[in-house]
Amino acid sequence: MTDLAAVPKFRRGVKFRYDQVRGAWVLLAPERLLLPDEIAVEILKLVDGARSIQAIVDDLAARFDAPREVIGADVTEALENLANRGVMQL
Amino acid sequence: MSLPPPPMGLIAELTHRCPLQCAYCSNPLALDPPASELTTEEWLHVLDQAAALGVLQAHFSGGEPMARRDLARLVAQAAARGLYTNIITSGVLLTDAAMAELLAAGIDHIQLSFQDSRTAEAERIGGYRGGHAKKLEAARRIREADLPLTANFVLHKQNAERVEEMIALGEELQAERIEIAHTQYYGWGLLNRNALLPSLAQLEHVTAAVMAARERLKGRIVIDYVVPDYYAARPKACMGGWGNRLINVSPSGKALPCHAAETLPGFTFPSVRSETLAAIWNESEAFRRFRGTEWMPDLCRTCDRREIDWGGCRCQALALAGDAAATDPACAKSPDHGLLAEAAAAAANAPLDLVPRRLHAQDA
Repeated sequence: MTDLAAVPKFRRGVKFRYDQVRGAWVLLAPERLLLPDEIAVEILKLVDGARSIQAIVDDLAARFDAPREVIGADVTEALENLANRGVMQL
Repeated sequence: MSLPPPPMGLIAELTHRCPLQCAYCSNPLALDPPASELTTEEWLHVLDQAAALGVLQAHFSGGEPMARRDLARLVAQAAARGLYTNIITSGVLLTDAAMAELLAAGIDHIQLSFQDSRTAEAERIGGYRGGHAKKLEAARRIREADLPLTANFVLHKQNAERVEEMIALGEELQAERIEIAHTQYYGWGLLNRNALLPSLAQLEHVTAAVMAARERLKGRIVIDYVVPDYYAARPKACMGGWGNRLINVSPSGKALPCHAAETLPGFTFPSVRSETLAAIWNESEAFRRFRGTEWMPDLCRTCDRREIDWGGCRCQALALAGDAAATDPACAKSPDHGLLAEAAAAAANAPLDLVPRRLHAQDA
């Protein structure tokens, strides 16, 4: 189980940027390319190497007026998924 | 006609020159001579066009891309255009000076190939004395530069038994990614198939080793695994579909939907010297011929995996079934699927002699 106090970071060589041609956020990594969905994009925009998972959850729960438990589960799942694909470090 | 989605990646095959002679190389047997290579200016123009077209990643490949003296200049241009830059190299030319140049140019990632976990075996395949030590040095330089590293190992029957050692070497080198890639049978690899194609027992050993290592290294090192088609029940989605995700430009400037596509008869592949990349991607007959699902034989068109496998690989369909528009024989539903078992049986007791990859056929 991932600790909510953990601070997620992009792994070495990973770039998260906006692509003008597609009008979409893209995640570029060593020989990998992901087009994150809208929820993942909102999470990834808050990944700055300083915020904890808890802080990200608090921010999203306040902005989207949703229960923390629901947001917490979504955020943890999305970040774990990205960690398993070698994109994030938790 | 609606436009296809933009390509995700450009594979820039800068040169077919290479100091190594790996007999499993998937480059074509007829390698592009140095004099035919695109100039620096021509490549810069290709990179500019690729970025404008929507390409997100530039993969500099070859041959050995570091054999081009202008590699750092090209990387810098790609980085300036916002492309993610990747070099696929043997590493034997990655000196301190070359590393410094590439870092200054903004390189994002390097994939380093290894021929084996052991020096003598690696150098027998690569045909380059001292090459293995140079690769280990290259890995250290990449690590010290704080760049992400992929350690790539190409597997075949003559090294499959050492897969655990290869994974251990990748760990020791602190790679972010390890690629355990079975030989793909194109070009020189196809020519040497009998001496390379592993047995089913070898394949199962490698697969089990990869699965165990993935579990053990979860969250630390990603292991990508590429299987040989010859024991598959479903074909690979070659290039993620023809003209769907990737555009490959050969050393002499031919734009190809797949780097083995030059083997296909009845095609005129457009040149970046005479056409724009956008026109090639959006409009050329070569990129449209096998794009999507319309071209497919009924077997594929009515299959629920048609947009997963994309009918498999066109070059393999030609090489094995004699028809580039057929279902890839790697699919168990293909009427030609038995050809793969025949090839595996033929390889089982074949001699291990290899024809090394050479630029000039008369040397071979």
